[in-house]
Amino acid sequence: MGENDSSDFETWISNFCSLYGHDYYVEVGQDFIEDDFNLTGLSSIVPYYKEALDFILDLEPEHEIKIKDQALVQQSAEVLYGLIHARYIITKPGAQLMNEKYSKGQFGCCPRYACNGSKLLPIGINDTPGVETVRLFCPDCFDLYLPTSSRYLNIDGAFFGSTFPGFFIKMYGLDNPNLRPSDDLKIFGFKIHEGSNVGSRMKWLRATPSTDEELREFDEVD
Amino acid sequence: MAPEHHQFAQPQQDVDGDGDEYISDSGSDFNEQWIDWFLGIKGNEYFCDVDVDYILDKFNLTGLNTEVEKMSKVIDMITDGLDEEYEIGDKERDHLEANANKLYGLIHQRYIITTKGLNKMHLKYKNADFGYCYRVYCELQHLLPIGLSDHVGVSTVKLYCPKCEDIYNPKSSRHAQIDGAYFGTTFPGMFLQTFAAEVMPVHPVERYIPKIFGFNIHQYAKLARWQELQRNKQIKRLTESGINVANVMNGYNINPDGSPLKPPVVSSGSRSRMRSSRSDK
Repeated sequence: MGENDSSDFETWISNFCSLYGHDYYVEVGQDFIEDDFNLTGLSSIVPYYKEALDFILDLEPEHEIKIKDQALVQQSAEVLYGLIHARYIITKPGAQLMNEKYSKGQFGCCPRYACNGSKLLPIGINDTPGVETVRLFCPDCFDLYLPTSSRYLNIDGAFFGSTFPGFFIKMYGLDNPNLRPSDDLKIFGFKIHEGSNVGSRMKWLRATPSTDEELREFDEVD
Repeated sequence: MAPEHHQFAQPQQDVDGDGDEYISDSGSDFNEQWIDWFLGIKGNEYFCDVDVDYILDKFNLTGLNTEVEKMSKVIDMITDGLDEEYEIGDKERDHLEANANKLYGLIHQRYIITTKGLNKMHLKYKNADFGYCYRVYCELQHLLPIGLSDHVGVSTVKLYCPKCEDIYNPKSSRHAQIDGAYFGTTFPGMFLQTFAAEVMPVHPVERYIPKIFGFNIHQYAKLARWQELQRNKQIKRLTESGINVANVMNGYNINPDGSPLKPPVVSSGSRSRMRSSRSDK
Protein backbone atom coordinates (compact mmCIF):
# COMPACT_ATOMS: atom_id res chain seq x y z
CA MET A 1 0.00 0.00 0.00
CA GLY A 2 1.44 3.35 -0.98
CA GLU A 3 1.09 6.73 0.65
CA ASN A 4 -2.37 7.76 1.74
CA ASP A 5 -3.71 11.26 1.57
CA SER A 6 -3.35 12.74 5.02
CA SER A 7 -6.99 13.82 4.87
CA ASP A 8 -8.57 10.37 4.66
CA PHE A 9 -5.84 8.47 6.49
CA GLU A 10 -7.36 6.56 9.37
CA THR A 11 -4.99 5.82 12.23
CA TRP A 12 -4.77 2.32 13.65
CA ILE A 13 -6.18 3.64 16.92
CA SER A 14 -9.28 5.27 15.52
CA ASN A 15 -9.88 2.26 13.31
CA PHE A 16 -9.55 -0.05 16.31
CA CYS A 17 -11.95 2.01 18.40
CA SER A 18 -14.55 2.09 15.65
CA LEU A 19 -14.70 -1.68 15.23
CA TYR A 20 -17.93 -3.47 16.09
CA GLY A 21 -18.19 -4.00 19.86
CA HIS A 22 -15.27 -1.70 20.60
CA ASP A 23 -17.43 1.27 21.54
CA TYR A 24 -16.36 1.10 25.21
CA TYR A 25 -12.84 2.17 24.20
CA VAL A 26 -11.69 5.79 23.94
CA GLU A 27 -8.91 6.93 21.65
CA VAL A 28 -5.68 7.19 23.59
CA GLY A 29 -3.75 10.36 22.80
CA GLN A 30 -0.73 9.84 20.56
CA ASP A 31 1.51 11.83 22.92
CA PHE A 32 0.51 9.63 25.86
CA ILE A 33 1.71 6.53 24.01
CA GLU A 34 4.88 8.23 22.79
CA ASP A 35 5.94 9.01 26.37
CA ASP A 36 7.96 5.95 27.37
CA PHE A 37 7.32 6.62 31.06
CA ASN A 38 3.65 5.74 30.57
CA LEU A 39 4.57 2.35 29.16
CA THR A 40 6.83 1.25 32.01
CA GLY A 41 6.67 -2.49 32.54
CA LEU A 42 4.47 -3.29 29.55
CA SER A 43 7.36 -4.61 27.46
CA SER A 44 7.64 -7.62 29.78
CA ILE A 45 3.93 -8.48 29.49
CA VAL A 46 3.37 -8.09 25.77
CA PRO A 47 5.22 -10.25 23.22
CA TYR A 48 6.48 -8.50 20.07
CA TYR A 49 6.32 -5.32 22.14
CA LYS A 50 8.33 -3.09 19.78
CA GLU A 51 6.56 -4.24 16.64
CA ALA A 52 3.19 -3.91 18.32
CA LEU A 53 3.98 -0.39 19.47
CA ASP A 54 4.99 0.60 15.93
CA PHE A 55 1.76 -0.93 14.69
CA ILE A 56 -0.34 1.18 17.08
CA LEU A 57 1.51 4.35 16.17
CA ASP A 58 1.26 3.60 12.43
CA LEU A 59 5.06 3.57 12.06
CA GLU A 60 6.86 1.53 9.46
CA PRO A 61 8.47 -1.44 11.23
CA GLU A 62 12.27 -1.30 11.48
CA HIS A 63 12.54 -4.86 10.29
CA GLU A 64 10.16 -6.50 7.89
CA ILE A 65 7.67 -8.60 9.90
CA LYS A 66 7.49 -12.19 8.69
CA ILE A 67 4.09 -13.11 7.34
CA LYS A 68 3.60 -15.88 9.87
CA ASP A 69 4.23 -13.38 12.69
CA GLN A 70 1.85 -10.75 11.42
CA ALA A 71 -1.24 -12.15 13.11
CA LEU A 72 0.67 -12.42 16.39
CA VAL A 73 1.85 -8.84 16.12
CA GLN A 74 -1.68 -7.68 15.41
CA GLN A 75 -2.88 -9.53 18.50
CA SER A 76 -0.05 -8.11 20.60
CA ALA A 77 -0.94 -4.65 19.39
CA GLU A 78 -4.50 -5.11 20.64
CA VAL A 79 -3.33 -6.28 24.07
CA LEU A 80 -0.77 -3.50 24.28
CA TYR A 81 -3.35 -0.92 23.28
CA GLY A 82 -5.74 -2.29 25.90
CA LEU A 83 -3.15 -2.08 28.65
CA ILE A 84 -2.18 1.45 27.65
CA HIS A 85 -5.91 2.24 27.56
CA ALA A 86 -6.32 1.05 31.16
CA ARG A 87 -3.57 3.48 32.20
CA TYR A 88 -4.82 6.32 30.03
CA ILE A 89 -8.38 6.37 31.38
CA ILE A 90 -7.08 7.06 34.89
CA THR A 91 -5.42 10.26 33.70
CA LYS A 92 -7.31 13.51 33.46
CA PRO A 93 -7.69 13.67 29.65
CA GLY A 94 -8.58 9.97 29.55
CA ALA A 95 -11.22 10.31 32.24
CA GLN A 96 -12.67 13.30 30.40
CA LEU A 97 -13.11 11.22 27.27
CA MET A 98 -14.70 8.44 29.34
CA ASN A 99 -16.98 11.01 30.92
CA GLU A 100 -18.31 11.94 27.49
CA LYS A 101 -19.26 8.33 26.96
CA TYR A 102 -20.57 7.97 30.49
CA SER A 103 -22.83 11.01 30.29
CA LYS A 104 -24.33 9.66 27.06
CA GLY A 105 -24.95 6.39 28.84
CA GLN A 106 -22.86 4.42 26.38
CA PHE A 107 -21.90 1.83 28.96
CA GLY A 108 -25.56 1.10 29.65
CA CYS A 109 -27.88 1.52 32.61
CA CYS A 110 -28.06 -0.44 35.84
CA PRO A 111 -30.43 -3.39 35.29
CA ARG A 112 -31.56 -3.16 38.91
CA TYR A 113 -35.09 -1.78 39.01
CA ALA A 114 -34.58 0.23 42.22
CA CYS A 115 -31.50 1.97 40.77
CA ASN A 116 -33.83 3.67 38.31
CA GLY A 117 -31.50 3.55 35.31
CA SER A 118 -28.34 4.95 36.86
CA LYS A 119 -25.44 4.85 34.42
CA LEU A 120 -22.79 2.18 34.56
CA LEU A 121 -19.00 2.25 34.23
CA PRO A 122 -16.75 -0.46 32.77
CA ILE A 123 -14.44 -2.30 35.13
CA GLY A 124 -11.96 -5.17 35.05
CA ILE A 125 -11.99 -7.17 38.25
CA ASN A 126 -8.50 -8.38 37.44
CA ASP A 127 -5.67 -6.20 36.08
CA THR A 128 -3.91 -9.09 34.34
CA PRO A 129 -4.97 -9.60 30.73
CA GLY A 130 -6.70 -12.85 29.86
CA VAL A 131 -8.32 -13.50 33.26
CA GLU A 132 -11.76 -11.84 33.24
CA THR A 133 -13.83 -10.06 30.66
CA VAL A 134 -15.20 -6.59 31.22
CA ARG A 135 -17.88 -6.04 33.85
CA LEU A 136 -20.03 -3.01 34.62
CA PHE A 137 -20.09 -1.09 37.87
CA CYS A 138 -23.08 0.85 39.20
CA PRO A 139 -22.04 3.78 41.45
CA ASP A 140 -25.45 3.76 43.18
CA CYS A 141 -25.71 0.17 44.34
CA PHE A 142 -21.93 -0.47 44.03
CA ASP A 143 -22.48 -3.83 42.48
CA LEU A 144 -21.09 -5.49 39.39
CA TYR A 145 -23.17 -6.58 36.41
CA LEU A 146 -22.59 -8.41 33.17
CA PRO A 147 -22.90 -6.39 29.96
CA THR A 148 -26.30 -7.09 28.43
CA SER A 149 -24.99 -7.47 24.91
CA SER A 150 -22.84 -10.46 24.03
CA ARG A 151 -20.62 -8.29 21.85
CA TYR A 152 -18.89 -7.02 25.00
CA LEU A 153 -18.36 -10.47 26.46
CA ASN A 154 -15.01 -10.97 24.75
CA ILE A 155 -13.49 -7.66 25.80
CA ASP A 156 -10.75 -8.14 28.36
CA GLY A 157 -11.43 -6.50 31.71
CA ALA A 158 -7.77 -5.64 32.15
CA PHE A 159 -8.17 -3.10 29.33
CA PHE A 160 -10.23 -0.99 31.72
CA GLY A 161 -8.66 -2.03 35.00
CA SER A 162 -9.87 -2.35 38.55
CA THR A 163 -9.07 1.24 39.50
CA PHE A 164 -10.96 3.09 36.79
CA PRO A 165 -14.49 3.29 38.27
CA GLY A 166 -13.20 4.24 41.72
CA PHE A 167 -10.98 6.92 40.23
CA PHE A 168 -13.78 8.16 38.00
CA ILE A 169 -16.44 8.47 40.69
CA LYS A 170 -13.96 10.26 42.97
CA MET A 171 -13.01 12.66 40.20
CA TYR A 172 -16.61 13.49 39.30
CA GLY A 173 -17.99 13.46 42.84
CA LEU A 174 -20.24 10.44 42.27
CA ASP A 175 -18.66 8.54 45.13
CA ASN A 176 -21.69 8.19 47.32
CA PRO A 177 -23.61 4.96 47.53
CA ASN A 178 -27.22 5.78 46.77
CA LEU A 179 -28.94 2.55 47.67
CA ARG A 180 -32.66 2.23 47.35
CA PRO A 181 -33.87 -1.05 48.82
CA SER A 182 -36.08 -3.31 46.74
CA ASP A 183 -39.56 -4.42 47.72
CA ASP A 184 -40.02 -7.57 49.77
CA LEU A 185 -41.42 -10.65 48.14
CA LYS A 186 -45.08 -11.09 49.02
CA ILE A 187 -47.68 -13.82 48.67
CA PHE A 188 -51.21 -12.43 48.34
CA GLY A 189 -49.90 -9.26 49.92
CA PHE A 190 -48.38 -10.99 52.94
CA LYS A 191 -44.68 -10.84 53.68
CA ILE A 192 -42.81 -14.12 53.99
CA HIS A 193 -41.43 -14.80 57.45
CA GLU A 194 -37.66 -14.81 57.82
CA GLY A 195 -37.75 -18.29 59.36
CA SER A 196 -39.57 -19.79 56.36
CA ASN A 197 -37.56 -22.00 54.01
CA VAL A 198 -37.95 -19.30 51.39
CA GLY A 199 -37.52 -16.41 53.84
CA SER A 200 -35.45 -13.39 52.91
CA ARG A 201 -31.68 -13.72 53.31
CA MET A 202 -30.22 -10.95 51.20
CA LYS A 203 -31.78 -7.77 52.54
CA TRP A 204 -28.42 -6.73 54.00
CA LEU A 205 -26.98 -6.36 50.50
CA ARG A 206 -29.23 -3.39 49.70
CA ALA A 207 -29.75 -2.06 53.21
CA THR A 208 -28.90 1.46 54.36
CA PRO A 209 -29.05 2.66 57.95
CA SER A 210 -32.23 4.64 58.58
CA THR A 211 -33.38 4.36 62.19
CA ASP A 212 -31.51 6.14 65.00
CA GLU A 213 -30.13 2.88 66.30
CA GLU A 214 -28.89 1.85 62.87
CA LEU A 215 -27.22 5.20 62.35
CA ARG A 216 -25.44 4.84 65.69
CA GLU A 217 -24.35 1.36 64.65
CA PHE A 218 -23.16 2.79 61.34
CA ASP A 219 -21.00 5.38 63.10
CA GLU A 220 -19.46 2.68 65.21
CA VAL A 221 -18.42 0.23 62.51
CA ASP A 222 -15.18 2.05 61.71
CA MET B 1 -52.82 -6.82 15.49
CA ALA B 2 -52.59 -9.51 12.79
CA PRO B 3 -56.28 -10.11 12.40
CA GLU B 4 -55.65 -12.76 9.76
CA HIS B 5 -54.19 -15.23 12.23
CA HIS B 6 -57.02 -17.66 11.69
CA GLN B 7 -55.76 -18.30 8.21
CA PHE B 8 -52.31 -19.46 9.35
CA ALA B 9 -52.81 -23.12 9.95
CA GLN B 10 -55.41 -23.90 7.33
CA PRO B 11 -53.30 -23.82 4.14
CA GLN B 12 -50.41 -25.60 5.88
CA GLN B 13 -52.51 -28.66 6.38
CA ASP B 14 -53.14 -28.89 2.67
CA VAL B 15 -49.45 -28.59 1.90
CA ASP B 16 -48.47 -32.02 3.11
CA GLY B 17 -50.53 -33.20 0.19
CA ASP B 18 -51.40 -36.72 1.26
CA GLY B 19 -54.90 -36.05 0.06
CA ASP B 20 -56.45 -36.48 3.46
CA GLU B 21 -58.70 -33.72 4.51
CA TYR B 22 -58.47 -32.64 8.06
CA ILE B 23 -62.11 -31.88 8.48
CA SER B 24 -62.62 -34.19 11.41
CA ASP B 25 -59.45 -33.14 13.21
CA SER B 26 -59.57 -29.45 12.53
CA GLY B 27 -62.09 -28.90 15.28
CA SER B 28 -59.68 -29.82 18.04
CA ASP B 29 -56.68 -28.21 16.34
CA PHE B 30 -58.65 -25.05 16.02
CA ASN B 31 -59.29 -24.92 19.74
CA GLU B 32 -55.74 -23.97 20.70
CA GLN B 33 -55.15 -21.57 17.86
CA TRP B 34 -55.62 -18.17 19.40
CA ILE B 35 -53.42 -19.07 22.37
CA ASP B 36 -50.76 -20.63 20.15
CA TRP B 37 -50.77 -17.56 17.98
CA PHE B 38 -50.51 -15.32 21.03
CA LEU B 39 -47.65 -17.30 22.54
CA GLY B 40 -45.82 -17.24 19.21
CA ILE B 41 -45.68 -13.46 19.02
CA LYS B 42 -42.18 -12.14 19.54
CA GLY B 43 -41.92 -10.73 23.03
CA ASN B 44 -44.52 -13.07 24.54
CA GLU B 45 -41.95 -15.71 25.49
CA TYR B 46 -42.58 -15.19 29.21
CA PHE B 47 -46.18 -16.45 28.97
CA CYS B 48 -47.11 -20.10 29.37
CA ASP B 49 -50.17 -21.64 27.76
CA VAL B 50 -53.28 -21.57 29.89
CA ASP B 51 -55.56 -24.60 29.65
CA VAL B 52 -58.76 -23.90 27.75
CA ASP B 53 -60.63 -25.75 30.50
CA TYR B 54 -59.32 -23.27 33.01
CA ILE B 55 -60.50 -20.35 30.89
CA LEU B 56 -63.91 -21.88 30.31
CA ASP B 57 -64.52 -22.38 34.02
CA LYS B 58 -66.36 -19.17 34.89
CA PHE B 59 -65.34 -19.45 38.52
CA ASN B 60 -61.73 -18.74 37.56
CA LEU B 61 -62.75 -15.50 35.88
CA THR B 62 -64.57 -14.04 38.87
CA GLY B 63 -64.24 -10.27 38.89
CA LEU B 64 -62.49 -9.97 35.56
CA ASN B 65 -65.62 -8.67 33.83
CA THR B 66 -64.97 -5.27 35.39
CA GLU B 67 -61.52 -5.13 33.77
CA VAL B 68 -62.41 -6.42 30.31
CA GLU B 69 -65.07 -5.23 27.90
CA LYS B 70 -67.32 -7.62 25.96
CA MET B 71 -66.22 -10.46 28.18
CA SER B 72 -68.13 -13.31 26.54
CA LYS B 73 -67.03 -12.41 22.99
CA VAL B 74 -63.45 -12.12 24.17
CA ILE B 75 -63.59 -15.52 25.85
CA ASP B 76 -64.96 -16.94 22.61
CA MET B 77 -62.06 -15.36 20.77
CA ILE B 78 -59.40 -16.80 23.08
CA THR B 79 -60.93 -20.25 22.99
CA ASP B 80 -61.61 -19.95 19.25
CA GLY B 81 -65.30 -20.35 19.78
CA LEU B 82 -66.11 -17.16 17.88
CA ASP B 83 -68.90 -17.79 15.44
CA GLU B 84 -67.37 -17.72 11.98
CA GLU B 85 -70.57 -16.41 10.47
CA TYR B 86 -70.30 -13.44 12.74
CA GLU B 87 -69.02 -10.51 10.68
CA ILE B 88 -66.74 -8.08 12.43
CA GLY B 89 -64.99 -5.03 11.10
CA ASP B 90 -61.27 -4.36 11.51
CA LYS B 91 -61.92 -1.78 14.17
CA GLU B 92 -64.03 -4.08 16.24
CA ARG B 93 -61.54 -6.89 15.77
CA ASP B 94 -58.67 -4.71 17.01
CA HIS B 95 -60.75 -3.76 19.99
CA LEU B 96 -61.59 -7.39 20.72
CA GLU B 97 -57.96 -8.36 20.20
CA ALA B 98 -56.72 -5.80 22.72
CA ASN B 99 -59.26 -7.02 25.24
CA ALA B 100 -58.34 -10.62 24.51
CA ASN B 101 -54.67 -9.89 25.29
CA LYS B 102 -55.68 -8.25 28.53
CA LEU B 103 -58.03 -11.02 29.55
CA TYR B 104 -55.48 -13.70 28.70
CA GLY B 105 -52.90 -11.83 30.76
CA LEU B 106 -55.17 -11.56 33.76
CA ILE B 107 -56.19 -15.20 33.54
CA HIS B 108 -52.50 -16.01 33.19
CA GLN B 109 -51.80 -14.16 36.44
CA ARG B 110 -54.24 -16.49 38.22
CA TYR B 111 -53.31 -19.62 36.31
CA ILE B 112 -49.56 -19.52 37.05
CA ILE B 113 -50.18 -19.83 40.77
CA THR B 114 -52.21 -23.02 40.32
CA THR B 115 -50.43 -26.38 40.49
CA LYS B 116 -50.62 -26.89 36.72
CA GLY B 117 -49.48 -23.39 35.94
CA LEU B 118 -46.63 -23.56 38.43
CA ASN B 119 -45.39 -26.76 36.79
CA LYS B 120 -45.46 -25.13 33.38
CA MET B 121 -43.58 -22.12 34.69
CA HIS B 122 -41.09 -24.46 36.37
CA LEU B 123 -40.20 -25.89 32.96
CA LYS B 124 -39.77 -22.42 31.56
CA TYR B 125 -37.64 -21.46 34.56
CA LYS B 126 -35.39 -24.48 34.08
CA ASN B 127 -35.10 -23.48 30.42
CA ALA B 128 -34.06 -19.97 31.51
CA ASP B 129 -36.86 -18.52 29.38
CA PHE B 130 -36.90 -15.51 31.70
CA GLY B 131 -33.18 -14.92 31.37
CA TYR B 132 -30.25 -14.88 33.75
CA CYS B 133 -29.39 -12.54 36.61
CA TYR B 134 -27.05 -9.77 35.46
CA ARG B 135 -25.31 -9.57 38.81
CA VAL B 136 -21.81 -10.97 38.53
CA TYR B 137 -21.87 -12.78 41.90
CA CYS B 138 -25.18 -14.48 41.09
CA GLU B 139 -23.37 -16.55 38.45
CA LEU B 140 -26.13 -16.69 35.85
CA GLN B 141 -28.91 -17.55 38.26
CA HIS B 142 -32.20 -18.08 36.37
CA LEU B 143 -34.77 -15.34 36.88
CA LEU B 144 -38.53 -15.32 37.51
CA PRO B 145 -41.08 -12.82 36.19
CA ILE B 146 -42.78 -10.59 38.72
CA GLY B 147 -45.35 -7.81 38.61
CA LEU B 148 -45.08 -4.86 40.95
CA SER B 149 -48.86 -4.58 41.00
CA ASP B 150 -51.78 -6.92 40.37
CA HIS B 151 -53.65 -4.21 38.48
CA VAL B 152 -53.29 -3.56 34.77
CA GLY B 153 -51.50 -0.39 33.69
CA VAL B 154 -49.47 0.23 36.83
CA SER B 155 -46.07 -1.08 35.78
CA THR B 156 -44.42 -3.40 33.33
CA VAL B 157 -43.09 -6.86 34.09
CA LYS B 158 -39.84 -7.13 36.08
CA LEU B 159 -37.57 -10.04 36.86
CA TYR B 160 -36.85 -11.46 40.30
CA CYS B 161 -33.58 -13.16 41.17
CA PRO B 162 -33.95 -15.78 43.91
CA LYS B 163 -30.23 -15.60 44.65
CA CYS B 164 -29.75 -11.90 45.40
CA GLU B 165 -33.48 -11.36 46.08
CA ASP B 166 -33.54 -8.30 43.92
CA ILE B 167 -35.71 -7.02 41.08
CA TYR B 168 -34.31 -6.29 37.63
CA ASN B 169 -35.53 -4.81 34.39
CA PRO B 170 -35.87 -7.19 31.43
CA LYS B 171 -33.06 -6.92 28.91
CA SER B 172 -35.20 -6.79 25.79
CA SER B 173 -37.38 -3.78 25.12
CA ARG B 174 -40.10 -6.13 23.87
CA HIS B 175 -40.37 -7.73 27.28
CA ALA B 176 -40.19 -4.33 28.92
CA GLN B 177 -43.59 -3.52 27.41
CA ILE B 178 -45.52 -6.41 28.92
CA ASP B 179 -47.83 -5.49 31.77
CA GLY B 180 -46.60 -6.73 35.14
CA ALA B 181 -50.14 -7.61 36.18
CA TYR B 182 -50.08 -10.53 33.73
CA PHE B 183 -47.65 -12.24 36.11
CA GLY B 184 -48.67 -10.70 39.38
CA THR B 185 -46.93 -9.97 42.65
CA THR B 186 -47.56 -13.40 44.19
CA PHE B 187 -46.02 -15.63 41.54
CA PRO B 188 -42.31 -15.73 42.53
CA GLY B 189 -43.06 -16.29 46.22
CA MET B 190 -45.55 -19.04 45.39
CA PHE B 191 -43.14 -20.59 42.93
CA LEU B 192 -40.26 -20.67 45.37
CA GLN B 193 -42.42 -22.10 48.11
CA THR B 194 -43.71 -24.84 45.83
CA PHE B 195 -40.35 -25.86 44.43
CA ALA B 196 -38.19 -24.83 47.39
CA ALA B 197 -36.35 -28.14 47.59
CA GLU B 198 -35.36 -27.89 43.94
CA VAL B 199 -34.83 -24.24 43.22
CA MET B 200 -33.80 -22.42 46.40
CA PRO B 201 -30.19 -21.37 45.87
CA VAL B 202 -27.33 -20.85 48.31
CA HIS B 203 -26.90 -17.09 48.60
CA PRO B 204 -23.46 -15.70 47.81
CA VAL B 205 -21.93 -13.45 50.46
CA GLU B 206 -19.30 -12.07 48.09
CA ARG B 207 -19.69 -8.46 47.15
CA TYR B 208 -17.69 -5.79 45.46
CA ILE B 209 -16.23 -2.69 47.09
CA PRO B 210 -14.85 -0.05 44.72
CA LYS B 211 -11.10 0.32 44.95
CA ILE B 212 -8.39 2.70 43.81
CA PHE B 213 -5.04 0.97 43.35
CA GLY B 214 -6.27 -1.79 45.63
CA PHE B 215 -7.46 0.50 48.41
CA ASN B 216 -11.14 0.48 49.32
CA ILE B 217 -13.03 3.74 48.95
CA HIS B 218 -14.09 4.74 52.44
CA GLN B 219 -17.81 5.58 52.00
CA TYR B 220 -18.48 2.28 50.29
CA ALA B 221 -16.32 0.22 52.60
CA LYS B 222 -18.05 1.65 55.64
CA LEU B 223 -21.52 0.91 54.34
CA ALA B 224 -20.39 -2.58 53.31
CA ARG B 225 -19.09 -3.21 56.83
CA TRP B 226 -22.38 -2.10 58.31
CA GLN B 227 -24.28 -4.33 55.87
CA GLU B 228 -22.12 -7.28 56.84
CA LEU B 229 -22.93 -6.53 60.46
CA GLN B 230 -26.62 -6.77 59.56
CA ARG B 231 -26.00 -10.09 57.83
CA ASN B 232 -24.14 -11.48 60.82
CA LYS B 233 -26.95 -10.37 63.09
CA GLN B 234 -29.44 -12.18 60.88
CA ILE B 235 -27.29 -15.32 60.83
CA LYS B 236 -27.13 -15.23 64.62
CA ARG B 237 -30.90 -14.72 64.86
CA LEU B 238 -31.59 -17.63 62.52
CA THR B 239 -29.09 -19.95 64.13
CA GLU B 240 -30.55 -19.22 67.55
CA SER B 241 -34.00 -20.21 66.31
CA GLY B 242 -32.58 -23.48 65.05
CA ILE B 243 -32.16 -22.73 61.36
CA ASN B 244 -28.89 -23.82 59.80
CA VAL B 245 -27.64 -21.31 57.22
CA ALA B 246 -24.12 -22.59 56.57
CA ASN B 247 -23.99 -23.67 52.96
CA VAL B 248 -27.49 -25.12 52.70
CA MET B 249 -30.36 -24.10 50.43
CA ASN B 250 -31.58 -20.62 51.27
CA GLY B 251 -28.50 -20.24 53.46
CA TYR B 252 -25.24 -18.51 52.67
CA ASN B 253 -22.10 -19.85 51.06
CA ILE B 254 -20.27 -19.80 54.39
CA ASN B 255 -18.62 -22.35 56.64
CA PRO B 256 -20.32 -23.24 59.93
CA ASP B 257 -17.92 -20.86 61.70
CA GLY B 258 -19.19 -17.99 59.56
CA SER B 259 -16.14 -17.59 57.31
CA PRO B 260 -16.94 -17.33 53.60
CA LEU B 261 -16.49 -20.44 51.48
CA LYS B 262 -14.28 -20.13 48.48
CA PRO B 263 -16.59 -19.25 45.61
CA PRO B 264 -17.15 -22.16 43.22
CA VAL B 265 -15.30 -21.92 39.92
CA VAL B 266 -18.26 -22.96 37.78
CA SER B 267 -21.89 -22.39 38.54
CA SER B 268 -22.77 -26.05 38.07
CA GLY B 269 -20.45 -26.76 41.00
CA SER B 270 -22.59 -24.74 43.33
CA ARG B 271 -25.64 -26.64 42.26
CA SER B 272 -24.19 -30.07 42.93
CA ARG B 273 -22.92 -28.82 46.25
CA MET B 274 -26.39 -27.64 47.09
CA ARG B 275 -27.83 -31.03 46.26
CA SER B 276 -25.35 -32.89 48.40
CA SER B 277 -25.97 -30.59 51.32
CA ARG B 278 -29.66 -31.31 51.04
CA SER B 279 -29.19 -35.05 51.18
CA ASP B 280 -27.10 -34.59 54.31
CA LYS B 281 -30.10 -33.38 56.23
